[in-house]
Amino acid sequence: MSLAEPTTRSAADTAAPLVQVDDLAVHFPVYSGLFRRQVGAIKAVDGVSFTVRRGETLGLVGESGCGKSTTGRAVLRLYAPTRGRILFEGKDIATLGEGALRRLRPRMQMIFQDPQASLNPRMTVGSIIAEPLDEHLRLSQAQRRDRVRSLLDAVGMNPAFADRYPHEFSGGQRQRIGIARALALDPGFIVCDEPIAALDVSIQAQVVNLLEELQARLGLTYLFISHDLSMVRHIATHVAVMYLGGVVELAPRDLLYASPRHPYTQALLSAVPAPDPKVEATRRRVILKGDVPSPANPPSGCRFRTRCPIAEARCAAEVPAFRKLPDGRQVACHFAQ
Amino acid sequence: MFRYAMRRLLVSIPTLLAISFIIFALLDLAPSDPTANLPLTIPPEVREKIRASLGMNEPFIIRYLLWLQQFLVNEPLNMIEQWTGWTIGDSENRLRVISWATRSPVVDLIVERMPQTLWVVGMSYVVAVLIAVPIGVISAYRQYSWFDQIGTFVSMLGFSIPTFFTGLLFIVIFSVWLGWLPSIYDTTLVVDSWDSFMAQVRQMIMPTMVLALANASQISRFMRASMLDNLNQDYVRTARAKGMKERTVVLLHVLRNSLIPVVTVIALGVPTIFGGAIITEQIFRVNGIGALLIVGIESADIPLVQTLTFIFAILIVLFNLIADLLYGILDPRIRYD
Repeated sequence: MSLAEPTTRSAADTAAPLVQVDDLAVHFPVYSGLFRRQVGAIKAVDGVSFTVRRGETLGLVGESGCGKSTTGRAVLRLYAPTRGRILFEGKDIATLGEGALRRLRPRMQMIFQDPQASLNPRMTVGSIIAEPLDEHLRLSQAQRRDRVRSLLDAVGMNPAFADRYPHEFSGGQRQRIGIARALALDPGFIVCDEPIAALDVSIQAQVVNLLEELQARLGLTYLFISHDLSMVRHIATHVAVMYLGGVVELAPRDLLYASPRHPYTQALLSAVPAPDPKVEATRRRVILKGDVPSPANPPSGCRFRTRCPIAEARCAAEVPAFRKLPDGRQVACHFAQ
Repeated sequence: MFRYAMRRLLVSIPTLLAISFIIFALLDLAPSDPTANLPLTIPPEVREKIRASLGMNEPFIIRYLLWLQQFLVNEPLNMIEQWTGWTIGDSENRLRVISWATRSPVVDLIVERMPQTLWVVGMSYVVAVLIAVPIGVISAYRQYSWFDQIGTFVSMLGFSIPTFFTGLLFIVIFSVWLGWLPSIYDTTLVVDSWDSFMAQVRQMIMPTMVLALANASQISRFMRASMLDNLNQDYVRTARAKGMKERTVVLLHVLRNSLIPVVTVIALGVPTIFGGAIITEQIFRVNGIGALLIVGIESADIPLVQTLTFIFAILIVLFNLIADLLYGILDPRIRYD
């Protein structure tokens, strides 16, 4: 399963896929009753496929609870996938043993949503950043200190802060520390799990700019998870839209924002306010009816059919294929042309 | 931190004075008679004279202030004299807190009883912590596993079965049926050889284990709950994403953070060691502080009971302060300034 050909960036055409996810599923068992028997499963992620090429940024968007974060964590094997393949640099990490996986960890990192909770409160910033260095590299004391200082410098922090504790910093500074930590081992691939959602709007831009600058400088590849559609439009080269554990549309950024094909994408994009008052006045919102169904018991056929404005009988009977349209995008809808 | 500790110590002075007054008032209000245990042949006039000689006919407030002077001024002076060999003032006629029943100074009685209590009860606390921490860690790490279920079951037993029952049960099994261990603690035993050391160990096993079971079941529950709180934190996921070994993740990241509340619980439990295990000491005939307190209560020995209870109060206030200071040392987010 390959990604649609980007129309805007021709350089990416030739780039090799760094991460390739095939039919990924993550189910969380539900236990109940006197003997805690398994009575079902939350299908947080169910059959997700995408490819991220070197140097690209894939934006993963969707509403709360659609499985964005679970996908991001499963791609790094922080959750054990129930099904599917995750090829990282051509190696399937879904089935990799603990030791081999641990040796691969330096190559793929994660930036977490909550910069407060993701830093160990009892460790100084310096030791948080240095810990993976000690684990995976052989560095002398001086080399190690220099590395920590240069990492802090790279994210725009005073290197003297290495001896302080995470709680002594503001949210934006903590997120910078989280980025420095993720960069410590020179990863090629970083999953950014809503890295700006917990930050002030004024700080959000700083952090996103930092991420872009680092990407340009270090040639990083991002999987950028967010529910902020305008931010994704700013940073991503490709965008995947998730709904209830599945990707409904995946397209190069400009194509997706200009002409969304899936009814869910259309509804989602119609909710983004336009900065121009004239455009904003003519914006027609597609309001979806009802609530997101439970991922423990998703609807038959198309997952979106219970809220879809154009659903027909066929949608309940037949699961729509995640098919490629002539313009290169992929859509999971029977009616998309 | 030092200034905080000093301020807390100053604040605790009025607290302790209030406590001492309440204890004294309670004991005074309780209908007790130190001459009640004397032979019935002693005529009432003589009993009255005995009471007068004990100072019982003085007004309440005089007796209270005299006790305060004896305990807070005379006893410390006496202690300094004993340690240094100096003579401070009129040390011959200085009145110490005298036990009514034994006519010997209360402090000497306590010093006599302390080693047994510290050995048996103190050791039981050490054993309890050593058992409880690993059990709590494994129970939380393997939540709902067989180990956890059995651990929970045993903890509930330890919680709910009083020591006077487990104590007697142990005596029946190990002393009466199996004949492995002595049921009475022999204080006169002098440890000077391997055999006498083993005899000491054997007589300590039962009282120590009875108390350790009760304490361990409590501490292990705290440990488990605290571990569970931390295991799902983002920083644990960060540590795994760094590619740390699972041992490092659990022992360095999770355990160190989980110990903060548990250490407080352990510190707050230390005064109960000095208080002795009143019932357990009684069952195994360990003549420690707890046994002394029982004797004092039975013979209406008010100076003894008053002094012991007040020392417990001092220890509780002190260890509350120590627990708070430990919090400040262990958790960098807490600063006392």
